[in-house]
Amino acid sequence: MSTDAVLYDHPGPRAKMRNLILTIVFGVALLGLLWWIYSRFDTKGQWAGNLWEPFTQSSTWTDYILPGLVETLKAAAVAMVLSLAFGIIFAVGRLSDHWWVRIPAGAIVEFFRAVPLLLLMFFIFFGVPFLTEQPMSIFWAVVLGLTLYNGSVLAEAFRAGVHAVPKGQSEAAYAIGMRKGQVMTHVLIPQAARAMLPVIVSQLVVLVKDTALGYIISYGELIQLGVNNLSANFGNVVQAAIVAAIIYIIINSILTAFAGWLGRRTRRKGRAPRAAGAATQQATIEPGLGGGGGTL
Amino acid sequence: MDVFSDPANRDVYITGFLWILKLTLAGGVGALVLGVVLAAMRVSPVPVLRGFGTAWVNIFRNTPLTLIIFFCYFGLFSTLGLSLVDDIDLNNFWLGVIGLSVYTAAFVCEAIRSGINTVPPGQAEAARAIGMTFFQTLTIVVLPQAGRAVIAPLGSILIALCKNSTIVGTIGLMESSNAMKDLINANGNAVIPIFLVFAGTFAVVLIPTGYAFGWLANRLAVKR
Repeated sequence: MSTDAVLYDHPGPRAKMRNLILTIVFGVALLGLLWWIYSRFDTKGQWAGNLWEPFTQSSTWTDYILPGLVETLKAAAVAMVLSLAFGIIFAVGRLSDHWWVRIPAGAIVEFFRAVPLLLLMFFIFFGVPFLTEQPMSIFWAVVLGLTLYNGSVLAEAFRAGVHAVPKGQSEAAYAIGMRKGQVMTHVLIPQAARAMLPVIVSQLVVLVKDTALGYIISYGELIQLGVNNLSANFGNVVQAAIVAAIIYIIINSILTAFAGWLGRRTRRKGRAPRAAGAATQQATIEPGLGGGGGTL
Repeated sequence: MDVFSDPANRDVYITGFLWILKLTLAGGVGALVLGVVLAAMRVSPVPVLRGFGTAWVNIFRNTPLTLIIFFCYFGLFSTLGLSLVDDIDLNNFWLGVIGLSVYTAAFVCEAIRSGINTVPPGQAEAARAIGMTFFQTLTIVVLPQAGRAVIAPLGSILIALCKNSTIVGTIGLMESSNAMKDLINANGNAVIPIFLVFAGTFAVVLIPTGYAFGWLANRLAVKR
């Protein structure tokens, strides 16, 4: 149901009046809040030009923000490719007919979905060197953590996608004599991947945000370089954090818009039968259903 | 498991998970209240309220939680001088709760809005036809039905919130991930048992919680 129009009637004179009053009351409250923030900044001298000025100099961008952004995107890109591979392998593993493949694959996926990513990164970065007796590369600690976590989430999403393909598809494939592997690779995965494409792109948003955890183990990404190091030189931590947040918001808004466009495009083509469409929509709303999933 | 027979280490473990529990509960309540209010704003007839809700969701959903918690400490506390309580640990805790709440509220708002979308239009139309106001339609007819549809999404949000509360460790709270880091650094010979105990605690609590929410959602679903 479209929420804009159904919940209330077209406003008559009284409703228009009430809406106007609400608009004014809330508008004033909002302005009051903004003014409070402004004056708070003002009394602490946060509007001082020298705190904002660094962002007009190119050296700030080339020395701090852009290198950080590149590291963030690099970690996100490598982790995305690896998580896709991890996700496909473990989704197929969980769908296997052999219990000795299905159960371990399921256990691994459930485990890594339920463990906080930060805990996982701490273990890889601080714990694994004790075991291998070699220092751990910080980039790979971040990427490995992201891969294990997001790969498990994607594995569940793929599994939901394969389940959403109508049963008739695999039955027809078996009927023309395809083997199990062929049914999976030629019939089920292509259709599931298409239906899950928006989910995969949405997961990319989660991945980009999660690279920020690298800051905690001092991986040189956007927060480390663009906020921590920058503000160490200019003393403008509030300003640097706001600029970094804007960069994240722009990147993630583009990705979200792209996911929405992909979703509309796959639906418009109408290739997926109606039943499958409904089922995948369910899956997009709750990819974390069952187990310790739940990705924000 | 020798590590955990030392009472000092056991204390570190218990305190760590107590912080996680408190953060999850306080953050969950804050996020739920804020999220419901935001969702009501986003479907309201008043454009300013809708705009505010949309802006909130777009800003906080797209910013990493690490940055929000970072800002709560270095921005709100250190720079702008917002001090909530005198005790440093408790102050960090409440700053973390603020960060978790404003971030998670954006997701709660979106979950509830998509729940409202699952209620058939006829329900709201019928409510309007018998003369209910917007507020009555929303609270008496639409939200109770939407609430049942959002149990599963809200469950995954709660689980994610619990896992996300480890990030409050960034601002110095000795929650479970910092506790694990300290134990690992002090007991290099028992890295794997330490990790398995900490990660296992999360898995043992969160996996059944997820299935319980799935079961509950199924049981309470509005059968149509």
